[in-house]
Amino acid sequence: MARSERTATASPLPTAGRALPTADGAQPSAGRVQPTAGAGPLITVEDLRVTFATRGGPLAAVRGVSFTLSPGECLAIVGESGSGKSVTARALVGLVGAGGSVSAGRLELAGQDLRDLRERDWRRIRGRRVGLVLQDALSSLDPVRTVGAEIAETLGNHRLVPRAARAARAVELLAEARVPEPAVRARQRPYELSGGLRQRALIASALAGQPSVLVADEPTTALDVSVQAQILDLLAARKADGEALLLISHDLAVVSRLADRVAVMYAGALVEEGSVEDLLRSPRHPYTRELLAAIPSAHARGTRLAIRRDAATGPAVTAPDAAGCRYAARCPLVQARCRSAEPEPVAVEAEVGSRPDKAGPRDTAAAVAVAVAHRAWCWRTDEPWPAPQAGPARGRVRRADDVVIEVDTVWKSFRGPDGSRRPAVRGVSFELRAGETVGLLGESGSGKSTTAEIVLGLLEPDDGAVRLHGRPWSRLPEAARRPDRHRIQLVPQDPLGSFDPRYTVERIVGEALSAPGRRAAARRRDRIVELLGLVGLGAEVLPRRATQLSGGQRQRVAIARALAPEPEVLVCDEPVSALDVSIQAQILDVFADVQDTLGVAMLFISHDLGVIYHACDRVLVMRDGELVEQGDVEQVLRAPAHDYTRALLAAVPRLDTATFA
Amino acid sequence: MRRIGPGVAISALLVALVGLAAIWPGLLARADPNAVEPVDALLGPSGAHWFGTDQLGRDVYSRVVHGARVSLFIGVGATAIALLLGCLVGMLAAACGRLVDEILMQITDVLLSFPGLLLSLLVVAVLGPSSTNAAIAIGLSSAPGFARLVRGEALVIRQAGYVRTAVTFGAGRARVHLRHVLPNAFAPLLVLALLSVGAAVIAGSSLSFLGLGPRVPTAEWGSMLAQGKDFLTISWAMAVFPGLAITVTVIAINIVGRDLQRRFEGRHPGGTF
Amino acid sequence: MTPTARWLARRLALSVLVVVGAATVAFGALQIVPGDPVHVMMGGAAPSPEVYQQTRHELGYDRPLPVRYGRFLGQLLRGDLGRSYQLHRPVAEVIGSQLWPTVQLALAAFGLAFVAAAALAVATAGRRSGWRRLSSAAELVMISTPGFWVGVLLLTAFSFRLQLFPVAGGDSLEGIVLPAVTLALGLIGVFAQVMREGLERALEQPFVLSARARGTGETAVRLRHALRHALIPMVTLAGWIVGTLLGGAVLVETIFSREGLGRITATAIAGRDLPLVTGVAVVAATIFTLLNIAVDLLYRVIDPRMKEVIR
Repeated sequence: MARSERTATASPLPTAGRALPTADGAQPSAGRVQPTAGAGPLITVEDLRVTFATRGGPLAAVRGVSFTLSPGECLAIVGESGSGKSVTARALVGLVGAGGSVSAGRLELAGQDLRDLRERDWRRIRGRRVGLVLQDALSSLDPVRTVGAEIAETLGNHRLVPRAARAARAVELLAEARVPEPAVRARQRPYELSGGLRQRALIASALAGQPSVLVADEPTTALDVSVQAQILDLLAARKADGEALLLISHDLAVVSRLADRVAVMYAGALVEEGSVEDLLRSPRHPYTRELLAAIPSAHARGTRLAIRRDAATGPAVTAPDAAGCRYAARCPLVQARCRSAEPEPVAVEAEVGSRPDKAGPRDTAAAVAVAVAHRAWCWRTDEPWPAPQAGPARGRVRRADDVVIEVDTVWKSFRGPDGSRRPAVRGVSFELRAGETVGLLGESGSGKSTTAEIVLGLLEPDDGAVRLHGRPWSRLPEAARRPDRHRIQLVPQDPLGSFDPRYTVERIVGEALSAPGRRAAARRRDRIVELLGLVGLGAEVLPRRATQLSGGQRQRVAIARALAPEPEVLVCDEPVSALDVSIQAQILDVFADVQDTLGVAMLFISHDLGVIYHACDRVLVMRDGELVEQGDVEQVLRAPAHDYTRALLAAVPRLDTATFA
Repeated sequence: MRRIGPGVAISALLVALVGLAAIWPGLLARADPNAVEPVDALLGPSGAHWFGTDQLGRDVYSRVVHGARVSLFIGVGATAIALLLGCLVGMLAAACGRLVDEILMQITDVLLSFPGLLLSLLVVAVLGPSSTNAAIAIGLSSAPGFARLVRGEALVIRQAGYVRTAVTFGAGRARVHLRHVLPNAFAPLLVLALLSVGAAVIAGSSLSFLGLGPRVPTAEWGSMLAQGKDFLTISWAMAVFPGLAITVTVIAINIVGRDLQRRFEGRHPGGTF
Repeated sequence: MTPTARWLARRLALSVLVVVGAATVAFGALQIVPGDPVHVMMGGAAPSPEVYQQTRHELGYDRPLPVRYGRFLGQLLRGDLGRSYQLHRPVAEVIGSQLWPTVQLALAAFGLAFVAAAALAVATAGRRSGWRRLSSAAELVMISTPGFWVGVLLLTAFSFRLQLFPVAGGDSLEGIVLPAVTLALGLIGVFAQVMREGLERALEQPFVLSARARGTGETAVRLRHALRHALIPMVTLAGWIVGTLLGGAVLVETIFSREGLGRITATAIAGRDLPLVTGVAVVAATIFTLLNIAVDLLYRVIDPRMKEVIR
């Protein structure tokens, strides 16, 4: 077998352009050999380009991407929003969307040319030879049809099973996707299933036609970590059965559990590619390095996560004819030539070796040596990366006696649709002291947001009390609460929704200064500019409306607004969960700075262990409305006492120690 | 800002022209709309009578121009009444607690359970036929719809993040409703109101067509059409031109209204309208 | 009781309230109508004082208002809507005989408008073609054109000039064509726009992308997935549709000299026939509320997510 010999040697690298060499049809990065299917890669993509016609002219979403995918292999494409990763995935099923035009040097599925395929021929490929799983199963399954009908649709489209047998086959497929009680579930509709079951049903519908390639676009993003782990296991099992898997994700940690190879995308092009180990252990492209450094974790505690302080780092505008490296505008290692010429791929070093599979069992025949080229499209791969700056010291303002907020055995329940009362918060007690950050960690439905609303005085507890400086705060008439409202402020998850759409930034912040009118806000302009300065924004954003700001800028404005009434407590409700990791890093740095400067106490709600670890002094772990564990962050997350916390920690996909020791 | 398309520009011009005819009809048509000339009855269009003449020999063009005033008055007046009443009731229902809401919405439902035209007919039957009463009748019959819309919109906006955050700054119920809920609910309604002017013009002419509009000999498009209907076999012009006037006016209003609506939506992604 | 039965019972009870409310509004409105109802009933002739008093007593106008209202409600609950002043027949009987032609007309118009609009919407939604523009323009014209004018023009062209259809009345199939088309034209524009907007919104949803990724064809995507979602906003329009159909019937039946509730209403209002006007109002309100209940049930069928009934 010629191909298995090739794997032992370093792969030849292309010398010019982005296209990979095709001299003998061999793919340099297609390392894995599937003994049963030795014919080469299933999918070969070369120089894929996707351009969208927009009102402002053509927009290049994908600019010359090349990769291959073999049976039993998992390639992950990682990038932030707008990087073109989803469009790349959709190009494989001919569904880039309206106004998009696709061109490629090669676009092949098991030897068949997919370029210029007619719609009818695409239909034979979709679902039958390539399955697609989308992010949010609630919206990706037709809400008015049963789950079974959705799965049966694939069977019907490709005439795989006679009509009468489709329903039974759909149940079987649900069972194969490890859905308990599949016969019951098949008759239910997506909204009647839990998030994890829904995602399995979606996977079942994508696998119903037994495609040889499964494209999964952010398959675990909307899910809780424990459910996320189960879905990843399910995908790993498919991979072990020889399914080729293309995984699209923004999350390097998720990817590291499943992928053999990772390709990092930025502004429509690959910037680095290699095996998971190589890429995570020795990232060479500045963007990959930035991404890895931006992930909040135990290691990064006490340091700044972002490489810059200012807010001017949106995704690069991708005009089709723009010159130079797209990352140059953000790159700390930038040189003159980066701006003028597109960098060529540079071989880092070819790693040869075997590694144990991390994502479940794999049959031994397939567990052969892996050799993957590690390449980066950058001139400056050998430059040292700047060391992370030290962040402000943590917890030094804390005085044990200065309790600002005291939550005393608070209970809250809501009336369900069937009229019964469902407890949301059950006997929760904790204290928040001046200048400290307390993390509230929990999965969706754990009651953490309800707790936040009770602390904010937006909801009244059924039982128990909240005290502010020892005085009652809950169960007060609104008029009595109003004079103290300014002491507790909110930083919401969705800043856009929290801004009146008619308001400019000046009025948004002005409103919090009790100057909601246009003229009143203008009179307080100095103070507003000062507040914006605290969060790294300049005065130029004053006349803009919320829709004209980037996601990071919006969250900064939301923080500035929350700080305006000089509060003692900030309640931050998942303030970074909707942001890309590099923007999240900047916002976490802003929180650290703000606390260092102003000494406010923070109740920091998150589902993300890494964020909590990075940002908090103490942590409260919530499940089903109850606090199951609380204590110092280091102590709780290093040596959890409660089973639930341990299970939560075990489920979190991680980049650190265990894998790459 | 979006470019103004040619269709929208022409429509805006037409709306302005109809407005001009309503305010100052003499500028566009010199002939007396009520001058009877039996000799010239039921003529087709000609150089002297652009739109022909009616059964009494009156100039149809002049009557169409002078009819703009009544039609537009009914359209704008009815919409203003509906908007004011609807906003008042809708905001009260949204802001004043459950009991007020229940009572007001129950009444609204009763009124909504009447077909719009039937309610207008009933009101005109009570008040007697005149253009003011037609405006009141149409306004009253479309007010419940506005009230429901305002209330629904207000309830949605009250759930918005910015209302919650305003509460954390210490804003009271009145301030929240006046500062945030009303302006945000009102802006899309204004555009909707412009669109409903067109519908009210049609409703007004329908009343006149049934003989419940302004009294003769006032020129009004609907009543002109009703008269023209009886002479259709002799002269088509009498029925065609008033109808054309209504249609063109309403189309122009709708085009302008929709353009505004689209501009408005562009500024508010995720808005309900 | 199952939740659905409980919901239905509540809705029916509420609808009785609505109907009584509507009747009260009609009753109240007609009490403040200027002019003496007895004179109206007697027609133009000036009656002798004895006959006048006699009639007044028979009609109950010599009693105080609350008593009359009580009697009115009592009769209403027994299904007695009084006697028509003009037609000298029981109102219930008059309405009963005129209801069916109007329902026929309304159903025909609705069916026509629905099918035409659905075809237009499914064919043109989300497609950037000249057809879509043409269809939008046609819809705008249909929405902006007064129905009675269209009726008059159709009547002239097809009945007087071409003599394809009867000029007036007619229970035959031919007799209903022009009235139904006239009534439908006003609806098609609105229906097509609402459905197309719904379709376009649905076609942008991820579940449509999923369906396409399963190899589902464009027609199947539109009919099987998107159309059902586009029907949901149509259901919310139901009240408007019924109102427009009943109101439109007043005009269309007058123009085409057709029998029906609409024409009766027009003549009753013009002739101040108070019992008949009240009766029509009560019947309209009843139809409307019952239809609303049916629509809410339909809602649950089209969109099973609507488990909770939102007021």
